[in-house]
Amino acid sequence: MSQANTAAAIRRQESALPVETAVLDHTLSAGEPYLLAIARGQTLRIVDVEGNQAVDVIFYNRNDVAEHYSATQTLLRQGGIYLTTGSVLYSDDGNPMLTIVADTCGRHDTLGGACAAESNTVRYALQKKFMHSCRDNYLVALQEADIGLGKRDLVPNINFFMNVPVTAAGALTFADGVSAPGKYVELSAEMDLWMLVSNCPQLNNPCNAYNPTPARFLLWDPA
Amino acid sequence: MNQPRPALPTAGTPSAFASVDAIEHWRAFAPELAGEPVLFSELVPGGAHWSYVLPRGTTLRMVALEDGANLSVLLYSAQEKLERYNMPDSLKAQHTAHYTRGHVLMSDMGRALASLTADTVGWHDPLGLLLDDRLMREKYGTRNYQSARNGMYRSGRSGLLVEIGKYGLAKRDLIAPVNFFSKVTVDDEGRFAFVSGHAKAGERVDLRFDMDVILAFSSAPHPLDPAPAYAPKKVGLVLWRSGPAPADDYCRAFRPENARALHNADQLYLL
Repeated sequence: MSQANTAAAIRRQESALPVETAVLDHTLSAGEPYLLAIARGQTLRIVDVEGNQAVDVIFYNRNDVAEHYSATQTLLRQGGIYLTTGSVLYSDDGNPMLTIVADTCGRHDTLGGACAAESNTVRYALQKKFMHSCRDNYLVALQEADIGLGKRDLVPNINFFMNVPVTAAGALTFADGVSAPGKYVELSAEMDLWMLVSNCPQLNNPCNAYNPTPARFLLWDPA
Repeated sequence: MNQPRPALPTAGTPSAFASVDAIEHWRAFAPELAGEPVLFSELVPGGAHWSYVLPRGTTLRMVALEDGANLSVLLYSAQEKLERYNMPDSLKAQHTAHYTRGHVLMSDMGRALASLTADTVGWHDPLGLLLDDRLMREKYGTRNYQSARNGMYRSGRSGLLVEIGKYGLAKRDLIAPVNFFSKVTVDDEGRFAFVSGHAKAGERVDLRFDMDVILAFSSAPHPLDPAPAYAPKKVGLVLWRSGPAPADDYCRAFRPENARALHNADQLYLL
């Protein structure tokens, strides 16, 4: 059996990388999309600037965009549902895409997915359909960039800084955020990547504490 | 749907056009359906894969024919294949990490693709884990066609890729399946535990289609099944014309989210 049980609830780890040496430092406003090219060997830091902000992210292999981050491969190979320090993010082909090398938050969600206008009608009320959503963000970023990715590629994403525990009785719950202002997660890229981001604009539930806020992205070249 | 339907088969006939060598498998594993307009049935060997286009208003009964069966199922809209079953949307709308009677399998467009209208098992795994060739080799070794003919090992992933390929869908379209008959629990640390032999022979679950769907399945083992040998289990399938969800449907009343997802699906079939 190759699926070592490396999953853990919370594993916090600080980073030694100084902000001054970052080659990119980008603050993404609340509710905005972002598409970033990341090179193999680079280190990415995502900062929850004001706390309790869900940052919805999907990664793609930049040299073969048909290969995407796979929640199910990632969970199968680590034997559990949460991402934390040491978690390896796998592609649908079973290749490592990124490794979480530092994490001051300690837990990130893999099951909650991204909000969409259509799923908002199901979850909240039919009249919610015209509110802004993560899928609108994803689609506008992919349409503008025209890099061979589309709706079919919007696979189950990572919700950084979001806490979605599963109970022993099989319930999916949305718990209080484990994040706080300034918490961050840092990932080392194992291949050339596209990172597709929606800084979640959801206002109908507490995933952004009913107040979506900015997220900050930093990138370092390999030492 | 107001399109004219072919005449309904009479109760007990295997299909509207009974002929050739279709076998009434369902009489062995679902004889209780003798009063229903049965459309077809199938005896699925372990490790096999197949797919169908199934219309709204039909119901598929899946029956475990051996203890510990697993059936990995994918759903796509037959009209617009970009619309497909969405694991996170279905789980969060229903605040669930398991499926049983009352639950609805929702598309990424906020519509009910299918509903679990009956279930003797109580827990079907929605977490979408799938056996791929690499893991299958590591776990069971290699047993290929040359050495074993149709007794070769088949992974759930490769079986499902074959099936969706029949409709022009590619690897990137392979979604997280529902693993019917399997149970995976999650502890406080987030770790998985697989319940061996969860579904017993004879247990069954009914899936009613609320939209016209492409359904693909694989009966390969669940990837967390700790059994040391590759020993996939048989499953029986039978489809009958049940009609779409009535106003007083159990799934509609199960949660307000489900009522809205079924409403959204009904909106596609107003004409």
